[in-house]
This record gives sequence, structure tokens and C-alpha cells, in this order.
Amino acid sequence: MTTVIILGVVIAFVVIVVLVFVGMYNGLVRGRNRVKEAWSGIDVQLRRRASLIPNLVETVKGYASHERETFEAVTRARAQLDRAGTPGEAAAANNMLTSTLRSLFAVAEAYPQLQAAENFRQLQAELSDIEEKIAFARQFYNTNVLDYNNRLQTVPTVFIASMFGFTPEEFFEADEEGRAEVRVDFGRDTPAAPPAADPPADPAGGTGA
Amino acid sequence: MQAEVPRERVLIYDRIAANKRRTFFLLVGFVFFTALFFVSIGVIISSYAGYDPAADSFLTLRIAAFALIVATGVGVMMYYAATATVLAISGGHEASAAEEPELYRIVENLSIGSGLPMPKVYVIEDSAPNAFATGRDPNNAYVAATRGLMDKLDKNELEAVMAHEMSHVGNYDIRVMTTVAVVVGLVALIADLMLRFTWYGAGARRGSKDKGGGALGAIILALAIIFMIISPIIASAMRFALSRQREYLADSSGALLCRNPGALASALEKISADPEPLEAANKATAHLYISNPLKEHQSFMNNLFATHPPVEERIKLLRAMG
Repeated sequence: MTTVIILGVVIAFVVIVVLVFVGMYNGLVRGRNRVKEAWSGIDVQLRRRASLIPNLVETVKGYASHERETFEAVTRARAQLDRAGTPGEAAAANNMLTSTLRSLFAVAEAYPQLQAAENFRQLQAELSDIEEKIAFARQFYNTNVLDYNNRLQTVPTVFIASMFGFTPEEFFEADEEGRAEVRVDFGRDTPAAPPAADPPADPAGGTGA
Repeated sequence: MQAEVPRERVLIYDRIAANKRRTFFLLVGFVFFTALFFVSIGVIISSYAGYDPAADSFLTLRIAAFALIVATGVGVMMYYAATATVLAISGGHEASAAEEPELYRIVENLSIGSGLPMPKVYVIEDSAPNAFATGRDPNNAYVAATRGLMDKLDKNELEAVMAHEMSHVGNYDIRVMTTVAVVVGLVALIADLMLRFTWYGAGARRGSKDKGGGALGAIILALAIIFMIISPIIASAMRFALSRQREYLADSSGALLCRNPGALASALEKISADPEPLEAANKATAHLYISNPLKEHQSFMNNLFATHPPVEERIKLLRAMG
């Protein structure tokens, strides 16, 4: 009789432990999948942005053909973004693209005809919109990464994680300036809200920290 | 700020579960209330038809069963029709990206930032600034802004208000709030009908004394009076079931989403300072809006049954975050 009870208790214990382990493992897998999905949200916007670059460069060339260095910097940054494999590399390339675009738009300031071109204004508005969307997608992605990494590195789940080879995910870091620029109001009657003429603004205000 | 995120997320899962539970109990309560209403009607009708439900327990049982089935049907129908009803009452129309580029882009950005599917965007042509969200779940969600909101707020403030609404979507507040709106509206309607039935019934009974059931008539009248008294209490209690915390929570997660608590605070200031009431809002839908749209005067009763926490308190908390 007692052996039956002991056996029952042991079996119940084992079942509970197994269930808890399964739960933790599934939680980690879910977390990793969420990070992947959130990454695709950034990726979509990065691709959209990259696809606009050739058109933008062509447009600016038509009005300001001798600003070769600026074009080349933008094109290089775009190529680097295309090559980027990890979120960290993509973030670095994206930040570079942001700053080269900023100097391109600063250069464009000197060409009133370019400023007036419908095509250019549309591209500028669209890029501005994409930049905002990247910032929001980044926020969602980083929240998920933080959530996942925390679970990965804290006590009960850390054992499961190391047992099954879960690795922490990379954050998508933006330079604070990029975030501040995102707050620039576009679409209203001030088409050339010049991003570069908006020096370190106030990063605190921009991030709303 | 980043460090707070995981805690927030855990909280959100609890909120979602609590909101789903609340909606369920709300609907069950509503079904019983409606069933009682139908039983009363059934009893009245059968007593006129010459039966005595008080003596015939089989008849009473059948009436009760039928009433429960009908009430359940009404409850289920209501659950699925609630969103459309609320949208129709609000008087808004759907807006595409081409029609309202700025509002649409803001909502699009926030849906990316929160990882929620893109909700349908509605615009209410009213100059009183206000906004609400409705729907069953994030896959079936609607956010609405008034024309006045878009005209009177700057871009950051509008974004903050929509972030508040997206938080209601994300944590399933919309499901409870929408159900409450329709339940409150229907309970008021039923209480009203009840009253008419009673007067009509009492008048008819006086006309034909031989139709026994003096005791029955008294019971029905008593029941009707009880309904009349309790239905506004039920309505208020249901609105209380929402807990006024939901607005604080949506404020803080909205501020977290748009990273701009200051903008939400100044938006709330502008919305609450605007003296104009929103035409299409009524007592049943008032709790859906970000700030009380009825602009009621301050009084003891209004404070007791307030649907929104005091806006000064909300602004103070947001200012403390920024």
C-alpha cells in the first residue's frame, strides 16, 4: 500500500517537473519566434528605404550633378545595408544611411529647383515616413529582444536555455540623433524641415525618456 | 524606461485574461437579466390567456426555458453586433490612407510599434476633440478620432492619444468596454419596456376583475418596480466593473508606446478644456472615449458614477513620467 503511495508521489513529481520544463522550453521558443517576427517588421522598412535610394540619387543628380561625394556615400551605405547579415550590422549600416541621407538633404538645400521638384518632395516625405516606421519597428523589436534575453539569462530558464543552445538576440541600436530627427514634423507646409539643420536638438525630448 | 517593459508585458497578459473573464460574466449576467424580463412577459401573457403560471409549474418551467434560450440568443447576437452598434452610434465613417494621410500614418506607426495588426481607422465629423477604440479583439479593432481632435492637437499629441487608444486595443479593454456600452443601452431599453408593460397590464387588469391573479399582478408590479430601481444601478455597476484603472493603464502604456508622456498630458489638457460636448456620445457610450465626452457639470452623483478618473490626476501622473 505504502509503496503504491510513494510510487504515485514520485510519478506525480516527475510529471510536474517535465511539464514545467516543457513550459519553459516552449516559452523560450515563443520568445525567439516573436523576436524573429519583430525583426521582419524592421526588415520590411529597411528594404523599402533601400529601394528608394537609387531613385533619390538619380533625382538629386539631375539638379546637383557635381555633389559626387555625397551620392557615393549614400550609395555605399545602401550597399552596406544590403550586405548586412545580423541586426547589429543592419543597425550600423542603417545609421550610416541615415546620416548620409541627412547630408544629402542638407546639400539639396542649396538647390531651390530641386526643392521645388514634386518627385523630390515626394521621396523626401516617403523617406521621412519610413524613418519613423523604422523607429517604431525598432522599439517593438527591442522590447521583444529584452523580454527574450531576460528570460534566457534568469534563473529557472537559464538551465533550459544552455541545455538546448538558445542564444541571446542582438538589439537594434539607433543613434540618439536618429530618434530625435524622427520627431520632425513633415507633410505640412514646411517641406524642407532640414534634418541636418537640426543639430543635436535635444535627445531627451526626442526619446521622451 | 526600457527596464519597465517586461513588467508591463506581464501585466498586459493579466489584463487580457481579466478582460476576457469580465466580458464573459457581463454577458452571463445580461442573459439572466434578459431571461427574467422574458419570463415576466411570458407570465403576463399566459395569465391573460387564462392560465395560472403560479399553479402550473410545468408551464412556468417551459416559459423559463424558452426565455433562457431567447435571452442566450440575444446575448450571443449582441456580442457579435456590439462593435457595429457602437460604431453606428458614434456616427463615424471609415477613413482610408488617402483620405486622412496623417491620422492613418500615425495609427500605422503605432501598430508597428506595438506589434498589433492595423486597426480600421474611423473619423467622426464633430469639432469636439475626442477619440475612442472599439472591437472584439486586436484582429477586429477600430480606432476613431473626431475631426476636432485632428484640428486642435499637434502631431505629437494626436499620436499620443492614438497610442492610448491602441493600448485599449492591445489589452482587450475594447472587448469589455464595447460589451458594456451595448449592455447598458439594452438594460435601459428593457427597463423602459418593463415600465410600459406594467402600466398597460395594470390598466387592463382593472378592466376585468374576474381575471383572478390579484396576487400575480402584485408580484409583476413589484418585479417591475424592482427592475426599474435596479437597472440604473446595474448599469452603473457595470460601468464600474470596467474599473477606472483602465484609463490610467492605457495612459501609461500609451505613453510608453509613443515615448512621449508630455504630449499625452497636453492632449488631455486640451481635450478636457474644450467646452463643447460630443453630439453623438450618450450615457451608454461615454466610457469608451478617452475623456468624458458629455462635459457633465460637477456634482456628487456625477462624481460617484463617473466613467473616467479625474483628468487632473491623469495629467499629473503623466507629467511625473516625463
